[in-house]
Amino acid sequence: MGLENRNSGNVFRAGWFSLFTILALGLGLVASPALAKNPLLDKYPTAKVNTTGLAITDDVVTVGQLHSVSGTMAISETGSVEAERLAIKQINDMGGVLGRKIEIIQEDGASDWPTFAEKAKKLLVKDKVASVFGCWTSASRKAVLPIFEKENGMLYYPTFYEGLEASKNVIYTGQEATQQIIWGLDWAYKQGARTFFLVGSDYIWPRTSHKIARRHIENHLKGCKVVGEEYYPLGHTNFNSLINKIKLKRPDCIYSIVVGGSNVSWYKQLNAAGITGESLAKKNKLFLTISTTEDEILGIGGKNVAGFYACMKYFQSLDNENNKAFVKAFKEMWGDDSVIGDVTQAAYLGPWLWKYTVEKAGSFDIDKIAAASPGVEFKGAPEGYVRIHENHHLWSKARIGKMLENGQFEVLVESEDLIEPDPFPEGYK
Amino acid sequence: MGITNIFSGYTGEELLSIFTMQGFSSLSLFSVFLLMALGLAIIFGQMKIINMAHGEFLTAGAYTTVIMSDMVVKYMPGLLPYYFIFAIIAAFIVAFALGYIVELSLVRFLYKRPLDTLLATWGVSMILQQGFRLVFGGREDSANLPDWLMGSWYPTETIAIPLNGLFLLGTSVVVTLLVYFLLFRSRWGLCVRATVLNREMSNAVGINSKRIDRLTFAFGCGIAGVAGAVFTTIGSVSPAAGSLYIVDTFIVVVFGGAGSLLGTIFSAFGIAQLQSIMEFFLTGVLAKVFVLLSVVGILMIRPQGLRSNKVRE
Repeated sequence: MGLENRNSGNVFRAGWFSLFTILALGLGLVASPALAKNPLLDKYPTAKVNTTGLAITDDVVTVGQLHSVSGTMAISETGSVEAERLAIKQINDMGGVLGRKIEIIQEDGASDWPTFAEKAKKLLVKDKVASVFGCWTSASRKAVLPIFEKENGMLYYPTFYEGLEASKNVIYTGQEATQQIIWGLDWAYKQGARTFFLVGSDYIWPRTSHKIARRHIENHLKGCKVVGEEYYPLGHTNFNSLINKIKLKRPDCIYSIVVGGSNVSWYKQLNAAGITGESLAKKNKLFLTISTTEDEILGIGGKNVAGFYACMKYFQSLDNENNKAFVKAFKEMWGDDSVIGDVTQAAYLGPWLWKYTVEKAGSFDIDKIAAASPGVEFKGAPEGYVRIHENHHLWSKARIGKMLENGQFEVLVESEDLIEPDPFPEGYK
Repeated sequence: MGITNIFSGYTGEELLSIFTMQGFSSLSLFSVFLLMALGLAIIFGQMKIINMAHGEFLTAGAYTTVIMSDMVVKYMPGLLPYYFIFAIIAAFIVAFALGYIVELSLVRFLYKRPLDTLLATWGVSMILQQGFRLVFGGREDSANLPDWLMGSWYPTETIAIPLNGLFLLGTSVVVTLLVYFLLFRSRWGLCVRATVLNREMSNAVGINSKRIDRLTFAFGCGIAGVAGAVFTTIGSVSPAAGSLYIVDTFIVVVFGGAGSLLGTIFSAFGIAQLQSIMEFFLTGVLAKVFVLLSVVGILMIRPQGLRSNKVRE
């Protein structure tokens, strides 16, 4: 298959032979539309765009998807799987990448970090995929990173995370810590917050994030101080003592990075102890989080969180044309009940950024797309506009949303400009 | 040493309020521990079965409550203020039935091999967890609470006592009294205690010890179901929620001294006080470390736990 196509470039040079070819091509088109293959093949012959033996043919490019669809993380990662699938479907409907349709090999990381590593190796070594969209927790990313670097693969990673990492073989489509934290704290400062109480689940992301937050509060916000910093194990369900301690310290801002099942207990008990959005607003205080998205509120119940604030780069309720089309397409594909959180949107960016990078590079080769990535833009991003930085993170905006009873956010403000990603912030380490 | 620093700059009234609220939160933590442990105190304490699936019976009770709440919201929204009481009863019945089935199909073959019950019930726990995941999905679920369970009671302007905490405390008192009455003041309890002490002799005097075993096991599971139902007022439920509770539950029961109801109460009280005081003055992680170290230390000195039934071997 595709023989006619390959010859068609010589049509006007040779005589009878070409005529014959044209006839054959015409017949082929009429007889079997399936043979109407890659129109861009002349410009991008496979031998040229794939010099390292990736799984790319004249018509198909194979990519990998590596998330947990079983185990504890499945709840969170399912949204990412769905968003990536939507993006790939839309790209295919538009004609694919360099004329090649994207096919997906999906592997399950099963919420288990060694499994992630093993599956990453399988995707890169055995399947030779052109890129991988995957991972969610920092632990899973750390587990696969050495494999991506050794086997020279390309990973598009969607989650907001603690930073302190940059790799040629990873594009980070979520925010690194400073992009989410610093602007949000400045906003809280403008609202009059001078004392902050930091609360987090006990693992790397909340701890690193709070470290950055503390440095910013103590060194950059005038007259501000941290009056408490507390961590509780993942899955902890009794926050009453902590809540009393917070009441004793009377912070202007409760800054929270609690994740997972603990979230529900945390918000329910705050509510029961009389700390609600309404009661805080009366005293001109506020509750700000960087870990609660639409996805989590579905489990917590909007009633328990109404009036609290979150700092994210994306909310489902964002009012722009890109986002309206994205939300509509997402619901058409995955059901009317689905909600879209920050990370789900970031996962949607992955396949698009990869497509634009490959087109810019004119090649699928990993080295070439790694080099071509900086400067690649995605104007159709639901969050507005994003661009890849030299350090493989995204320039993106930050926004403050107020939680509503219906589980959605009211977007209050957004940063004026795109915020530069700075995974190794000076003075914050 | 640092204590005077923490409290400088507050009025006496403010400090009094904080201490009242902190005292109450340690009481509600005590209720949580007690409710978790009561079911296991019966099963492990009386029957010497290491029931690793205890947490899953708790989860079953919680899911029953969530289902009831969803149904009430959908079909009979008017009943929302009252349904919770029925949800607790339903949770007991569901967990009791589940426990009955597990005893009938598995545990009864293992009474002479106590260590094997550990492995077998661990298997049950995994089957139940995956079952929950299949039926309810992996997401965190929570029940719609009636308004009288939300918010706080304000005895003074600065003291807020969470209503769900009060409810928790009330339930644990009622359940404890019920268990006490059934074990020590009812005919069934007499049979249970007789069977525990001397099975052959109990059989000889006409007690159907197999039936007693089944009912005792199912009753312990039912109490776990009640705990699960009540816990939906303070947290959420997910397929693996039970595994969060199982460790604390065993610690309370073993520390209290297996077989002694009073020991379980003392132990739940002691651990809860220690933990919430430490959480308040130190941090959450240090509190946990301190509690576990103290439990280990005391068990090294008193391997039989705080209290144990004196039985002639």
